[in-house]
Amino acid sequence: MANDVLTPEVAHHTEHHHHKETFWTKYVFSMDHKMIARQFLITGIVMGTIGMLMSILFRLQLAWPEQPFPILKFFLGKWASEGVMDPSMYLALVTIHGTIMVFFVLTAGLSGTFSNLLIPLQIGARDMASGFLNMLSYWFFFASSLVMVISLFVPDGPAAAGWTVYPPLSALPQAMPGSGTGMTLWLVSMTLFIVSSLLGGINYIVTVLNMRTKGMSMTRLPLTIWAFFVTAILGVLSFPVLLSAALLLLFDRSLGTSFYLSDIMIQGEVLSNTGGSPILYEHLFWFLGHPEVYIILLPALGITSEVISTMSRKPIFGYRAMVGSILAIAFLSFIVWGHHMFVTGMNPFLGSVFTFTTLLIAIPSAVKAFNYLTTLWKGNLQFSPAMLFSIGLVSTFITGGLTGIILGNSALDINVHDTYFVVAHFHIVMGLSAIFGMFAGIYHWFPKLFTRMMNRKLGYWHFWLTFISAYGVFFPMHFLGMSGLPRRYYTNTAFPMFDNLADINVVISVFAIAGGIAQLIFFYNFIYSAFRGPKAPQNPWKSNTLEWTTPVEHIHGNWPGEIPTVHRWAYDYSKPGAPEDFVPQTVPLSDEEKNTFHN
Amino acid sequence: MMTLIGIVTILLVLLVAWQLIRIAELSAEIKKENLTGLPNVKENDVQGKLLFGFLIFLMAGFLYTVVAWGPKVLPTPASVHGEKTEFLFYLSLGIITAAFLITQPILFYFSYKYRGIKGRKASYMEHNNKLELIWTLVPGAVLVLLISYGLATWVRIMNPKFDEDPIVIELYAKQFGWTARIAGEDNKLGYANARYIEDVNILGIDKNDPNGLDDIVVQNLIKIPVNKPIKLKMRSQDVIHSAYLPHFRLQMNCVPGAITEFSFIPNKTTAEMRNDPMVVRQVSEINNIRTAKGEDPYEFNYILLCNKICGSAHYNMQMVFEVVSEEEYKDWLKEQKTFAQSI
Repeated sequence: MANDVLTPEVAHHTEHHHHKETFWTKYVFSMDHKMIARQFLITGIVMGTIGMLMSILFRLQLAWPEQPFPILKFFLGKWASEGVMDPSMYLALVTIHGTIMVFFVLTAGLSGTFSNLLIPLQIGARDMASGFLNMLSYWFFFASSLVMVISLFVPDGPAAAGWTVYPPLSALPQAMPGSGTGMTLWLVSMTLFIVSSLLGGINYIVTVLNMRTKGMSMTRLPLTIWAFFVTAILGVLSFPVLLSAALLLLFDRSLGTSFYLSDIMIQGEVLSNTGGSPILYEHLFWFLGHPEVYIILLPALGITSEVISTMSRKPIFGYRAMVGSILAIAFLSFIVWGHHMFVTGMNPFLGSVFTFTTLLIAIPSAVKAFNYLTTLWKGNLQFSPAMLFSIGLVSTFITGGLTGIILGNSALDINVHDTYFVVAHFHIVMGLSAIFGMFAGIYHWFPKLFTRMMNRKLGYWHFWLTFISAYGVFFPMHFLGMSGLPRRYYTNTAFPMFDNLADINVVISVFAIAGGIAQLIFFYNFIYSAFRGPKAPQNPWKSNTLEWTTPVEHIHGNWPGEIPTVHRWAYDYSKPGAPEDFVPQTVPLSDEEKNTFHN
Repeated sequence: MMTLIGIVTILLVLLVAWQLIRIAELSAEIKKENLTGLPNVKENDVQGKLLFGFLIFLMAGFLYTVVAWGPKVLPTPASVHGEKTEFLFYLSLGIITAAFLITQPILFYFSYKYRGIKGRKASYMEHNNKLELIWTLVPGAVLVLLISYGLATWVRIMNPKFDEDPIVIELYAKQFGWTARIAGEDNKLGYANARYIEDVNILGIDKNDPNGLDDIVVQNLIKIPVNKPIKLKMRSQDVIHSAYLPHFRLQMNCVPGAITEFSFIPNKTTAEMRNDPMVVRQVSEINNIRTAKGEDPYEFNYILLCNKICGSAHYNMQMVFEVVSEEEYKDWLKEQKTFAQSI
């Protein structure tokens, strides 16, 4: 095994070497996976705050259309000169909100944080396979975030063609203000992001495959690691396709090529482009775009599996089925992208194929949901904030997943495509589930991230206000969608047929604002606990996994002496005959166990 | 003023929350309570009960929204295929609602029942192949039903077979408006391309193509005959738009450089639809709101909307589809100028 590469002597050497660390090498250009995890997390939280604030701004406009709000003028300046939001700015806000949440928070913020933190700690490795690539991965992400934030301040405003940035809207600066400099910066930012994601992903894969400690067979990996591992494979296989889509778009924008453009007249000018098709872009985009949904969701499900098992004091139910369904979901996620394109005019036969493959995903998803429920059954549930968020995830995963059965059916998608029904579906199943998974991860592994504990009472308040607001925001949207209300409308007042939906929009916005305010509790708890929280004990959750065998204070190489050997799977909770209700993975199998143990 | 009050309220709420948190912290300090780490038995009890309370909130919210907002959803479909998809839609909705109403109570009831109060021991259970097989096969069987029904419907919508040739109508989208073109007596659309656009020829119809001379170009309103098959062909001048006619359960993207299509049979005239009980209810609800705001009353119409983000006025691209009897359609058609007459 490759963990021989870092023998105790080598580790000791590295440790010694790091005595001479400066501020820059320790906190900024760090190659330590734990520090990089923190960097990803904090950047993700900052970006998430921006994304959330944007959603509150456009929810103000949607609930009280074209009414002046000083807060809009404060944040948007000339884009809300009388306090009323400009329609282009509305589109820019939904675009950047989507981009930030999907990529910067729920991809980099979630995967970047927890893959980095937990892969080496839970498989028993001293660090990532390549600390240098890992550092680069963060700094590309940082640069990408920076460019995205800068794009908010260019004179014509940021990209505004929706987070999917379909051409020709995104390709032609004449089409809308945001398709000028803002769009160029969006593409630059995404290119940097993809580089970051690939560097990270390759590192995660290599580390999981080659650096597991003695005894840590693949079937003994905690489900978190399985989820991060498969997520990394998804990313490595699909992000390059987005890169190619972005490059071709860049060519169309700057070099006069016609990959996506054909027979266009815009602003009274006939363009010479001919022969291209924007549908090509949609195929390339969604070839990443759909696996991306699972790049977001799988890590959250992995975290939940771990938290629910630990906090139920029970083995995760159906470990092998859980691994199998992760693999099945990952495989299927590559052959379903066309369900985003049922009404693009693509060959109806393709639509049939994509309907079939899409609805199949419901089966492994149902298996996961039922296995979570069965894990809770006859458990001894310990409601830490992480556990509450995990239960919240199971709830939203089911609620949001179910509506996928309607959207994935092409005949039904015709009418609800691009309506608020879709907005409700993906926000609940992907947005809420993933952010709940992320919160669960933060509360659960805060001791490993910051060596201190978070306050539980504040965590409860945070969870309840967030959970109630979350349902309050997204559940009503189903009704908007079933009333035929299209998404990405600046206001619904242009169509009297939607006048009776105004009260629903007010309810949604009130909950959105409440949910936003609830996050202040989290920020306070996070910052306060990181600096002033009580020191973490060795194993605060009485957990089996390896990360709780490392010293509380961060050290390079993670374990001061030898890396522990693993003797069992991660889920021996409440095992009959064991002295306590948990048996760490490092405890050797007893003689009876040797005969009965299923691993 | 209202917003100022709003902001002050938010700030006050924050301040109160902050103070409450401080009090909780201080009192915990005095009581030497541990606020970090694993929750104590009392907290597990409270949180477990809260989770059960949430179940009640969720179910009450579900009921309330269905009762209060259910009547706002789209009325009876006004097309032949729409009736088929509507049935499948409500069948699927029924199945997923049942799944929702079964699984959510299980989740929150288990959370409540097995909350970690004194004396509880978890049972050691790794897996159960029989159970796992059941919940693989049951959703599988339901999906087989939905997939086969769905595909059969989809194929019939996308490859329709009509008793007579459908009337060909083009829907042309641009930033920010719709234009329609009826294929005229020959029922063939003349070739068109953005390059030919000039003056009144707003669709860029090729003047040299004889098929185009009898085409009829209309804006704002188009009349179509009831119970006649209609083939819509979509084009776009600039960016991707999407022709969305929710009452017909019809949607198709308009893609620059390509022609897409969607065929359907409208089976309720606008006048009939205005008398549909659900429409009557919705219109009166809307008019109550409009009267209160001093706005003109609203009358039901089939509306074409844009449903693909296309620029700043995306939210306001509309055209009225009026479904009329065949005679009225023919009379209306005679009043319209052909392309040849207009140039």
